[in-house]
Amino acid sequence: MTNKSLAFRKNKLSDPREQLKYLSNGIFQDGQLPKFREKLDEGSEFPLKPHTLEILQINVGYMCNQVCSHCHVDAGPDRKEIMTLETMEQILDVLKNTTVNTLDLTGGAPEMNPHFRWFVEEASKIGVDDFIVRSNLTIILANKKFHDLPEFFKKHNVHVVSSLPFYSKERTDKQRGDGVFAKSIKALQMLNDLGYGKEESGLKLDLVYNPAGAFLPGDQKGLEDQFKKRLYEDFGIEFNGLFTITNLPISRFLEYLIVSENYEDYMDALVSAYNPTAVKNVMCRNTLSVSWDGYLYDCDFNQMLEMKVNGNAQHISEFNMNELAKRNIKISQHCYGCTAGAGSSCQGSLVE
Amino acid sequence: MEKTYYNPKDLKKFGSISEWNEELGKKFFDYYNTVFEEGKLTAREKSLIALAVAHTIQCPYCIDAYTSDGMQRGIEKEEMMEALHVAGAIRGGASLVHGVQMMNKVEKLSM
Repeated sequence: MTNKSLAFRKNKLSDPREQLKYLSNGIFQDGQLPKFREKLDEGSEFPLKPHTLEILQINVGYMCNQVCSHCHVDAGPDRKEIMTLETMEQILDVLKNTTVNTLDLTGGAPEMNPHFRWFVEEASKIGVDDFIVRSNLTIILANKKFHDLPEFFKKHNVHVVSSLPFYSKERTDKQRGDGVFAKSIKALQMLNDLGYGKEESGLKLDLVYNPAGAFLPGDQKGLEDQFKKRLYEDFGIEFNGLFTITNLPISRFLEYLIVSENYEDYMDALVSAYNPTAVKNVMCRNTLSVSWDGYLYDCDFNQMLEMKVNGNAQHISEFNMNELAKRNIKISQHCYGCTAGAGSSCQGSLVE
Repeated sequence: MEKTYYNPKDLKKFGSISEWNEELGKKFFDYYNTVFEEGKLTAREKSLIALAVAHTIQCPYCIDAYTSDGMQRGIEKEEMMEALHVAGAIRGGASLVHGVQMMNKVEKLSM
């Protein structure tokens, strides 16, 4: 496992254009596999159009204390892209005047943004139904200044969503780095101690499961039951729900697929598992992603591929709901990741 | 013709056996899919049984399919290996239990 980002290593896949080339050539060029657009066409879903905007997902920066091998953000300690206070103020202005009911902060490790706490405080004053922070858990133990994060989350009734690839040390540390499992367990216990993950507390703690390798996630409910059983039996940990998320073939996961010679089989598995029902609820239809520098994207994955939303208003400072509602969502072959099997989104599977 | 008997890509074409006999093909796959549904046994337990049987009958397609299936279900590699040892124990036991027959015969032929 590497401990540097693609960007730091100057790997050619750090250039989104190279990734998009990869996703459109080879098996998709010579007709072995249909392009995503062709699949949408079969169900008269092309061009893909948005529904009502419900979720604003804000990527407050690519800096992270971890370098996970599957990371679609290519995040790490060596990434310096961080959202400014000015951009956060522009987001708050937009938030006051939209149909958005869910605010979803992600990164990197969002807590590493120096304005993170200010933003959470200001955004919670505006009030949304669901205020999510995607925490990698280990950040809570990374430095003294983060130790009180669980109390801070509780104070602002933040819904904590945390990655934990597996309930065992081996699979977790392989994907996320040595020692991550033990720290994650400790952080989950700290959250539990404050009431997080306990049914009666109202403080929500959900976990995210990503397969640790070139395979698709299994049934969400089945995995959730296993996670609950094992985490409770082994560590006394409780949590609310498990979101299964398919790894999309971009950034560091794409690098892994190519290096391990799993790329073609993985894409084949995604295409074979294409589920037209999942397309109906795919997250780009009710979500907008905002990058650290304030640009708008159909999802966090498109952000990493630098595929800005269609239209003239591409920056949060020129936010125009009417125009955004009419846009065509941008797609490429990575989109197969969200439509495979029971579907995948930042809120887990899409189909019962 | 292929130069080897097994081609991993053929696994995905399994369904095509119905093309030459639709009625029986359909009956088989309906049965197959029903067998692996949640029942008195969980789908997870059935997956592990399938993996053990796959190794007993030494079917490369089945080994490929049920290793992947196990990974997706979150089955750990230690669980998979334990299941294989069950298969191995039964296989070995099936040879060794016939040792009683051998012993009986030796006893019968000996003075």
